[in-house]
This record gives sequence, C-alpha cells and structure tokens, in this order.
Amino acid sequence: MTEEIIIAGFGGQGVLSMGKILAYSGIMEGKEVSWMPSYGPEMRGGTANVTVIVSDERVCSPILNAFDTAVILNQQSLDKFESKVKPGGYLLYDPNGITKKPTRTDIHIHTIEGAQLASDMGNSKVFNMIILGAFLKLRPIILDKNVEEGLRHSLPERAHKLIPLNMQAVQVGKDNVK
Amino acid sequence: MGELKLMKGNEALAESAIRYGCDAYFGYPITPQSEVIEYLSEQNPYERTGMVVLQAESELAAINMVYAAGAAGKRVMTSSSSPGVCLKQEGIAYIAGAEVPCVYADVVRGGPGLGTIQPSQADYFQAVKGGGNGDYKNIVLAPASVQEMADFVALGFDLAFKYRMAVCILSDGAIGQMMEKVVLPEQKPRMTEEEIKAKYPWALTGRKRGTQHRIITSLDLDSNKMEEHNRHLQAKYKMVEENEVRYEEINCEDADYVFVAYGSSARIAQKSVQLGREQGLKLGLLRPITLFPYPTKAIENLINHGVKGFLSVELSCGQMIEDVKLACNGRVKAEHFGRVGGIIHTPEEVLEAMKKQIIGE
Repeated sequence: MTEEIIIAGFGGQGVLSMGKILAYSGIMEGKEVSWMPSYGPEMRGGTANVTVIVSDERVCSPILNAFDTAVILNQQSLDKFESKVKPGGYLLYDPNGITKKPTRTDIHIHTIEGAQLASDMGNSKVFNMIILGAFLKLRPIILDKNVEEGLRHSLPERAHKLIPLNMQAVQVGKDNVK
Repeated sequence: MGELKLMKGNEALAESAIRYGCDAYFGYPITPQSEVIEYLSEQNPYERTGMVVLQAESELAAINMVYAAGAAGKRVMTSSSSPGVCLKQEGIAYIAGAEVPCVYADVVRGGPGLGTIQPSQADYFQAVKGGGNGDYKNIVLAPASVQEMADFVALGFDLAFKYRMAVCILSDGAIGQMMEKVVLPEQKPRMTEEEIKAKYPWALTGRKRGTQHRIITSLDLDSNKMEEHNRHLQAKYKMVEENEVRYEEINCEDADYVFVAYGSSARIAQKSVQLGREQGLKLGLLRPITLFPYPTKAIENLINHGVKGFLSVELSCGQMIEDVKLACNGRVKAEHFGRVGGIIHTPEEVLEAMKKQIIGE
C-alpha cells in the first residue's frame, strides 16, 4: 500500500499540521512516511501545501507530480492540483469559497463542509481535523486509535487535553463527507 | 533501538549532535537551515550535556570559533546554507591546512549569489573540489534521508577525528525541510578534558611547565616544510580514498542503464527507476554516499558488468557529471540532467531524460 497525498490551502488553515498529524498517525500504524512542505515566501499569507506519503515500503521520492488523493482547501489550490490527481484517484474539497468547481470525470470527487462544521462545533481550530476525518473515511489507511496516538505525539503536552475534542472532529468529518 | 520520532532533517541533525556528545555548535541563521540553531537553542543543550551553542555575529566568526574549538580537541560543528558556506570558505581552507577535525553541514539552496531559498545541489564543486585556496579535500557525506541527517553526525565526527580533517554534510533544502521517521541514537556523554588529553596528543589542551608547546597553524614560510606538509596531506587524502568510499546500489544487479544521483535527487531517481521498470526498462540507481572520496570503482564495476550508459541527475547545471565521466573514461555514454534555480525535477521528467539522452529511440 502506498498513498500519495497533497494537502493544499491557505497558510493558517492548519494544512501543515494536518499533514504532520497524518504522518505521525502513519508511523503509529507501522507505516513508512514522508512530509514535504512547500516552504519560503509563498507561505506568508499565500498558499501552503504539503505532500504526505504513507506506505508499507521505504518512501522513495518525497516530491511528486501526481497524487492518489488531493485534499483541497481553496480555489488556487484546486486550480493547481485538480489535474495532478491520478486517474481513479480522489479529490476532496471544502466548497466554502470555491467558485469554479472541479470538472474531471475520471476521478472520485467528494466534498466536506469543513468550515461550516467547525463553526457548528463552536471551535474553528478543529477545521483541519474535520478534513482529516473526511479524508480517512474515503481512504481508510489508518485506524482511529493510531490517529489518537499520532495526535499525542505531534501535539505538545499542554494540548493533550484537547485530544478528545480533536477525535470528535475526526468523527464529524467521517460522518459528513459527501 | 533508540527513540522513534517524526522530525525535519535539520532538527534530526541538531538532536543527534547533542546526543553524540558534541561539545559546541557555532552558527548563524540562514534559510533553509535555520531550524538547526532554532532547535538547538530551544533544547537547552548546555543543561542537557554541557554543549555550548552560540549564535555568532557572522558566518566568518562562526567558522573561526569552530577552528579554535577543534584545535583544542573539542567536537565542534557548524551549519549554514550556500551563501553562508561561501563566507566560511577561508576558515575551511585554514582548517584543512592546520588539520583540525570538525563537522560542517551545508543545506544547499539555489545560487549563484543569494540565489533563492529553494533546494539545490549546485554547490557540489564548492564542497567536493574545494571552495577555499590550496590543495585540500574535505570528506563529503551526502544524506538522502532524515535518518541519514541524524546518522552522519556520528559518522562525520568519527571520520573527522580519524583523519584530522573537516567533514562536510552536504544536504539540500528538501532533505533539511522534509519530515520523516527517524530513529535517534542514545545519548552519549561528552569527552572529558582528561580523555581529550589522552586521546589527541596534537590538541591544544594547555601547556604545563616542562612540556613541549604545540602549534596548530596553516602557515609555514619554509617552502621545503610546506612542500612536505602538502605531500603529507595528499597521502592522507589517498588513504581516505582507499578506505572510506561509501555508496548504495539500487536495482543495479541486472541494470542496462543506471542513474547516478545523491541526496534528494537520489530519492527522485529511485522513483524513476520504479516507473521505468514498470515499462520494462532495466534501470538502476547508484547513490554515492561519500562524494569525496567518490565511488569511481563502483561505476567501473557496473560498466564491467554490462551497464551501457549513465545519467547523472543533480539539481545543478552539471557538476557531479564530471566525476561520472572521469569514472566512465569514455567507455560508455554519460550525460547530465537537472532542474535548477530551486525547481525540483519530477520522477517522470528524470525518466524521460534517461530515455531521450541515454537510451535513445
């Protein structure tokens, strides 16, 4: 099993940390992982993206041009990455702020109202965990208990009290992906 | 087994320096390796092991602090990225001349000049062929994973002290910034003053009444002595060439054509090997781990076993290709492919280049 994922959105949406939690969860699942961010000036207020690979084998290239799954959180990222999903792959996006919907017919396209659901939960910060939940519903590559372990390893000790809330958000994502 | 973590390459380098029992780090921040000094500062290594971490006023100051601490027999390191490493070249040449052991990491970014902050491998010439003056070499290690960023600190110090020379960890922005699983080594104690005195008779550990004073310098105005010193250095480099070559071969057993790539390009080329084999092409990858000494004999062996051509894949306009061509010595075709300026080649375009430039129609 090798799952090659691009997560892309605005800086500040939790794109990089969602990738980190996914990668740590992969380690807890006993997988090989890599996490390769875009870094530099494009992170300041602009788009941020991260390539995460979760695999049974040693990961070769951490930098890719085609992805099994694209998790898209803004229009610029949709424009950039829709064409880079492999045929038969998955595109998951939050329709909030999307004016030009994806048009491909050879991939699975799903939506998750992440921003809306986070605000319904009363905490906009769990947005990225809702998205992660939606992703894991579509691509069940990691068990919930390992996501919880992944959170424990990637969050500082003082934030560990928030793990139940984060896991609740993962469940909300799983229940609401369309 | 040590501790399993998810870390950036830069952080792994810093953490394993503390765990190796490194005595001091002197540096100056620059993208894309600022995480090294950030991580070290955050970790309070002075409280953990007594390791000194100091942000110098400039790269020049940092490398000369390394020169001095190394001369005292201390395990000392610095790190920087391309333009910063340029500034350190004077010190590195002095260190080579004075035979001071040290480790420095270069997390390479695009150039020339200030260039860009994105990954590059265009400093091969500077690291491998000597960026400073005089006939000297540094041992150059090329990590291709976060694990190797951690492992090469210990390997680097071991080699630096074995041969009394500088060891360069030649990384790049991609390896420095990416996160991967890493098994960290156990914490080792720092060497005590007594251990240093007993182990390194050349080190400047303080002269006592009745003992001979020691001099560490790269200067000698007596030409006969300087020629002799140069001969001695060359003999040492030859020993390094004979004993310290390291490389990895992937899918080379039955390969017709082989990529030669180090660091992040090796990771990408490994994917190209996979893609090519799916199309029925017998491709392999030779990954030099030491760039000096270079795995020349490994290339000769591959030719002897029937490899018909090599593509040197680097994030440069063609630097390592010169060493590949020297090893091929005209026996088979060898060419270069690489994107530059911070752009990273994709596995697909690397495979296409192999087909077009080496295999032919």
